[in-house]
Amino acid sequence: MAITLSKGKAVDAMQLLTVHLRIKRYNPEVDSRPHWQEFEIQAKAADTVLNALHTVKWTLDGTLSFRRSCAHGVCGSDAMVINGQNRLSCVNLISDVGTDLVIEPIRGLPVIKDLIVDMEPFFAQYRSVVPYLIADDDPGYKERYQSQQDRERYDDTTKCILCACCTTSCPVYWANGDYVGPAAIVNAHRFIFDSRDHGTEQRLDILNQKSGVWRCRTAFNCTEACPRGIKVTQAIEEVKRAILYDRA
Amino acid sequence: MSLNVHFHSYDAVIVGAGGAGLRAAIEASGKCRTAVLTKLYPTRSHTGAAQGGMCAALANVEEDYWEWHAFDTVKGSDYLGDQPAIEIMCQEAIDAVIDLEHFGLAFSRTPEGKIDQRRFGGHTRNHGEAPVRRSCYAADRTGHMILQTLYQQCVARDVNFFNEFQVFDVLFEGEGKDRRCAGVVAYELATGDLHVFASKGVLFATGGYGKMFRISSNAHTLTGDGPGVLFQNGLPMEDLEFYQFHPTGIYGLGILLTEGARGEGGILRNGLGERFMERVAPTVKDLAPRDMVSRAIHAEIKAGRGAGPDKDYVYLDLTHLPPEQIDAKLPDITGFVRTYLGIEPKKDPIPIQPTAHYAMGGIPTNVNGEVVIDTNNTVMPGLYAAGECACVSVHGANRLGTNSLLDIVVFGRRGGRSMVQFVNTVDHPNVTKSAADKVRDRIEQVKSSTGGEKVAELRTTLQETMTRNASVVRTEESLTEAKATIDDLRKRYHGISIDDKGSIFNSDLVEALELSHLLDLANGLVMGAQARQESRGAHWRDDFPTRDDVKWMKHSFAYQDNEGNITLKYKDVVGGRYQPMERKY
Repeated sequence: MAITLSKGKAVDAMQLLTVHLRIKRYNPEVDSRPHWQEFEIQAKAADTVLNALHTVKWTLDGTLSFRRSCAHGVCGSDAMVINGQNRLSCVNLISDVGTDLVIEPIRGLPVIKDLIVDMEPFFAQYRSVVPYLIADDDPGYKERYQSQQDRERYDDTTKCILCACCTTSCPVYWANGDYVGPAAIVNAHRFIFDSRDHGTEQRLDILNQKSGVWRCRTAFNCTEACPRGIKVTQAIEEVKRAILYDRA
Repeated sequence: MSLNVHFHSYDAVIVGAGGAGLRAAIEASGKCRTAVLTKLYPTRSHTGAAQGGMCAALANVEEDYWEWHAFDTVKGSDYLGDQPAIEIMCQEAIDAVIDLEHFGLAFSRTPEGKIDQRRFGGHTRNHGEAPVRRSCYAADRTGHMILQTLYQQCVARDVNFFNEFQVFDVLFEGEGKDRRCAGVVAYELATGDLHVFASKGVLFATGGYGKMFRISSNAHTLTGDGPGVLFQNGLPMEDLEFYQFHPTGIYGLGILLTEGARGEGGILRNGLGERFMERVAPTVKDLAPRDMVSRAIHAEIKAGRGAGPDKDYVYLDLTHLPPEQIDAKLPDITGFVRTYLGIEPKKDPIPIQPTAHYAMGGIPTNVNGEVVIDTNNTVMPGLYAAGECACVSVHGANRLGTNSLLDIVVFGRRGGRSMVQFVNTVDHPNVTKSAADKVRDRIEQVKSSTGGEKVAELRTTLQETMTRNASVVRTEESLTEAKATIDDLRKRYHGISIDDKGSIFNSDLVEALELSHLLDLANGLVMGAQARQESRGAHWRDDFPTRDDVKWMKHSFAYQDNEGNITLKYKDVVGGRYQPMERKY
């Protein structure tokens, strides 16, 4: 009975479909443990999963809680597990994910309510890698120059929106929350490979610790999960190599 | 049920953590005790959705001067922008871009390694001769880079953030001449507790209110909370009737496709395949300012030259651009088109329609970010605003593309600086224990209400009427209809009830409170638009299709009283070296 709609199949984007949602609910004010709740709504094939969640919240059950803002994949608020995979609800259409949806909060961070998790540990890990430009030169009243090649070197990791899809898809992170996780490493990579930055030693020291890059077991879940298409595992490997081979 | 109330004391409180708030925070942190309150996480702010770039006359790729930038901005504003403020912005633009580069922003580069620049709508060489390459950019995610870079710098400075704290009231103390801002009341989303922040200085940087329209490029969270809270406290809003519609929103969804797409050579075509902008703006064509392009699209559709089964959209055509240029310069927006429309923009033209995008109006301020409370420019001590929520006014009746990112960094910095100076000269305000009562009563009233009106239904009705009746083209008739609908909605608002009665992450409640901001600001917008019987910039009246400089070279100030009635007052535009002339491109 599950309808999986594929891009190849000609589905009228405006056609109304019956969408079945099975959502993991938890409200600490009333529930002692999480439970599943099912909803049935009408949605267009071209609607996003976020549209479907809004339809539930706005017409069936106002208590359903989730984060969202931009609704087109640039703010990173609405990471969740959709049919077993970490995704942003606003960039996945019903025509991509099908009409039978199982939706859970992302894993590895404490659930506060419904699909909302505590993001503080994630941001603390981000902050721990000194994610800002460290430069002790004085460029004066002009821009620093950077060649197009040098700029390209770290382009991929500037795309990160800190949605946590990668970190919370990592089996190592599920087992050990001390691991800084893929997102923090991506944001360290962004500066380690920026020709203007002078903080590489400091960051490599941080990532060479027990909680750093060596926890990575190259499962590639992070790369698959990234909604921005960042080659996350490759970035982690590049940092590992920088620690092993590029240090004096 | 009684809400917990916590008390905090700061020198400076910044409300909002998009570009303007973060830029102000960089100025204030380390110089005075600063707190930044945001209803999101800073990196979720809608600055991150800005795409095309930030203009500054760096002259990195061709001859350019800040005076040319100022001329374009004045002309783009349809002569409603205040020229001294515009001159400051365009002069400081250069400094602001260099600042961001020093902060680590990953600008796209020229072959020599300088910050690259590209063309953008309304930005021209030598007072309108031809398009000029002025926009500094980072692929098509300049806003994302600015937001990330400013947040990184805040992390470096250990700025004190209160994430997911939403401000629902502003505090004042004293009377008459001694009246000053004394802080804010915030609602902590994670707990439902209230927090009173007593503060010598408060800077609002809460962004826009584009969610009053159905077709909108704005985030769900852009509900005008800063302007709404001040408006409901009797402070005026300036130029609410001037609201920008971006020409290229994805059809049916409103998601923004940057003007940079046309800067890179993209062309608009009607349903017959004609490049209609050649007729409207023979010199700059598709790179005319947004108000003119949106109106031209509207006219094509009205004349039956739209595309699609209902002939209700036109095309943005990128198919003639080299594929590698699209991948390098426009990767994100072409990704949006693939995701939401299933179209390959390298092969097929993209269906687009104008989308509600940017509020030129907002909280009136002077060039130092100080909020002014009347048409004599009287300052409210301790109260500041910057960014889209503010109206300096540098954008006048129509903002030029890229000038919003410029506005947030220039005036975020200026507002932050002047707030720091001010807070070092005054004592701490006295805030009473009852400061949170108003917000608490309102929350409890909404939670206990059994009226049965649904927030989402009211909001959708508002959005429908605003997009239909108060957008690209307006008439007395359409505005009267919008006004009647808003009046009805404001009555029904008193009967709203919500499902979620809890304390933890009660977004049901938050959406209800946000709706009051949208309703009040929409009311001000429509009344301002009804009163202004001329066409200027983004405010186009089909029944008054010409600009009237004799009667209307002035800013509107809307005041809302306790009963929700609106009074309009006016303030003359501050002129300068550029005299008003007919706007041709």
